[in-house]
Amino acid sequence: MWTLLQIELYKIFRRPRTYIAFVAITALITIVQLGLKVDGKAYAEFVLADLSNTLQIDGKIMNGYFVCYVLLQLLLVHVPLLIALIAADMISGEANMGTLRLLLTKPIGRTQFILAKFMASAIYTLMLLVWLAILALFLSMVIFGTDDMFLLKNNYAVQIERADIFWRYVGAFGFAALAMITVAALGFFLSQFAENSIGPIVATMSIIIVCTILSTMSIPIFNTIKPYLFTTHMVAWKEFFDVRVNDSNETIRGTIQHPEKLINSALILALHIVAFVGASIIVFKRKDVLS
Amino acid sequence: MMQEIIKVTSLTKQFNHLTAVNNLSFAVQEGDVYGFLGQNGAGKSTTIRMLLTLIKPTSGNIELFGMKLSTHRNEILRQVGAVIEKPDVYKYLSAYENLRLFAKLSGIRVSEQQLMQQLEMVGLASRAKDKVKTFSQGMKQRLGIAIALVHQPQLIILDEPTNGLDPQGIADIRNLILHLSREMKKTVVVSSHLLTEIEQVATKVLIIDQGKKIIEGTSAELFDPAQTIVELTTFDNVFALKQLQQSQWSQHLQPPRENALLLKLDRQLIPQLHRSLVDLNIQVLSLQPRHSLEDYFLQVTSGNQHVDTFTN
Amino acid sequence: MKRIIRILFVLFIFQSIALAGFSQDMRALVQKVKAKLDLVNDYVAEGKMKTDVAFIKAPVGKVKIFYKKPNLFKLKRDHGISILPKGGVSVNMSSVIATTNYVALYAGDAVIDGVKTKIVKLLPMNDNSDIVLTTMYIDEPNLLIKKAVTTTKENGSFEMQFSYGAYSKYGLPDKVIFGFNTKDYKMPKGITLEFEDGDKPTAAEKLKGKKGRVEITYTSYSINQGVSDDVFK
Repeated sequence: MWTLLQIELYKIFRRPRTYIAFVAITALITIVQLGLKVDGKAYAEFVLADLSNTLQIDGKIMNGYFVCYVLLQLLLVHVPLLIALIAADMISGEANMGTLRLLLTKPIGRTQFILAKFMASAIYTLMLLVWLAILALFLSMVIFGTDDMFLLKNNYAVQIERADIFWRYVGAFGFAALAMITVAALGFFLSQFAENSIGPIVATMSIIIVCTILSTMSIPIFNTIKPYLFTTHMVAWKEFFDVRVNDSNETIRGTIQHPEKLINSALILALHIVAFVGASIIVFKRKDVLS
Repeated sequence: MMQEIIKVTSLTKQFNHLTAVNNLSFAVQEGDVYGFLGQNGAGKSTTIRMLLTLIKPTSGNIELFGMKLSTHRNEILRQVGAVIEKPDVYKYLSAYENLRLFAKLSGIRVSEQQLMQQLEMVGLASRAKDKVKTFSQGMKQRLGIAIALVHQPQLIILDEPTNGLDPQGIADIRNLILHLSREMKKTVVVSSHLLTEIEQVATKVLIIDQGKKIIEGTSAELFDPAQTIVELTTFDNVFALKQLQQSQWSQHLQPPRENALLLKLDRQLIPQLHRSLVDLNIQVLSLQPRHSLEDYFLQVTSGNQHVDTFTN
Repeated sequence: MKRIIRILFVLFIFQSIALAGFSQDMRALVQKVKAKLDLVNDYVAEGKMKTDVAFIKAPVGKVKIFYKKPNLFKLKRDHGISILPKGGVSVNMSSVIATTNYVALYAGDAVIDGVKTKIVKLLPMNDNSDIVLTTMYIDEPNLLIKKAVTTTKENGSFEMQFSYGAYSKYGLPDKVIFGFNTKDYKMPKGITLEFEDGDKPTAAEKLKGKKGRVEITYTSYSINQGVSDDVFK
């Protein structure tokens, strides 16, 4: 299995198209960082406009931690497309290249083969997120410095102390990795059904867009299915940035307001991954390779 | 006693409403060069893909090296090398990198030297570090063969290995098959619709049509001298045909080709035919007895229209 | 009838004189309090600040407070973000009673934190003053202001409540609670990118409708050690 995984990773990282995602993320993040560095004050004022009527908020709002939060909010909507570029190509790409038939005449079980391919796409996803973390978090910390985070939720604002932030980002990126691996699993599953990667890539993105719309809209008929959609749970990383308060409305360091939401969402995403990968194995084992 | 390398019993494959392979049974002995013949769409590739577990049979049994394929897949495939149709490899990798990758997948450790020797054998050593996207079709075919042989398999399966090759390429494949069989004592299964190529290398032939076995046997067994096809070319084929239809030879006449008449008769009657042609004032340009596999194949398979187009 | 009117008139005169007397007494009281506060030329205090607003979850933070006579005041958070009511927080009563042009009226008594206090209403006579009215609850024996409610033109009303301890002889509190009015907010979803939450209300939501508070607990004062003007820039 380890040999298979090594080979799959070798193939992924020798392919030029793999690096498109890394370049795209680098470009996106540096552009946003540049914009915020130049005009961050205006952005902060805009965001805090409603509160500024009553309150005066002093301090370095536009700091590295805040910038990273902004970047994650933007990118975790778009990164799924970059994930799909590779994950949805894993099987269909081999079929398209004509290498699938050669691979499957080797003494490797189909289950082993599929699992190795999925693990390779998961590792690619993790590496993309590590790169995202390096640029969005560490580079932002260098450019903008660090301070407390002041975040706006729907109905309230949260201030998190500087010393209480880093571990939350570790958790948030970990959760984001789980969410993105769910996207990879979906793309991987759809990759079984085509001999050309465009179809599975478009299908993956379409499903994510439709499910995101269903997750966002407050229409009663959708409320019954929302809890089961993976897109509803993909944004749960934000729960890391909500703190519990005591009876005096003081934030309690090291706490999360709704840890049960995080756990629940993580479980549902994990279930989706297991379901997609399980279905992939079942389909692939029965598949007649005609390409 | 020769070991049975492949034993197929009552193999059937159904795709929705199409029966691609229909109750097929055959056996390949150790050391055979087994020619697998049929027209396009006869079921050859489907059968080969079932031998290589790319396609699941609807019913039937496949044994290789005396083991059931369904239960000993990996063990069996370690002993099999295959080139399936147009061999495709990773275009963004070099020939060497591709060979090394597939060697690893075959479960063997090979040194750089051994890999280079493989490439040398197929005439690609000088292009070892070049990306495959710069290769011609013939070079890719040779690389495919190197990949099939890198783990020293006992059984080599070649599905349409000469597709897209120029005459030199076809000759190279033919020589390779002979080398594998005679010098390296490998068992080779080669499927093709290029009958003349099979004829030159195969020790045994299976002809299938519409998924069914038509006949299986050695070349010698297949050609009955009593059924020799004679090709006759004359100055005036219309006149010659008319004369023959009115003669004792009318029962031997076969549907004519565009520029030739065909008769099927015992070889020993050919001199007598020759004398009759002179007596009938038929001006003969050539009289050729044909005892090739192609003729036999044309005889036993269906779809003459298609065959005419194909052979012309 | 005429007799009753005469008696009422006399009573009214007595009341006015009494009131005038009281007014003079209140002014004197305020001046005494001011004099006590004026003993402090400057101070640098360290403390902890907690902002308690219904729709904001904020941590307690360390602060440094700087004061220089007559009305320079600065609150700096050690590091991090500070959330204060608009207009800042000026918890120094010296600034409030720095003016000399005012009317001080007695408005009764009240008990604040178990201490009997006199209610004094301070009306600045200067039309340009931002402060419209200040109501002070003064602990007369100790000359300490226990509570002050100030109404301003620009920033609405706010309330200050003082607790004293080791530094009471300087009129410097151990704890100040600064209360102010807040406006509930609701951010458009597009900015927060949150999904609609059909959840039970959080602790913060339970505090909705309540006023905002800034609570400063002083841990130490450095009094009259000198403070540079640059600090207040």
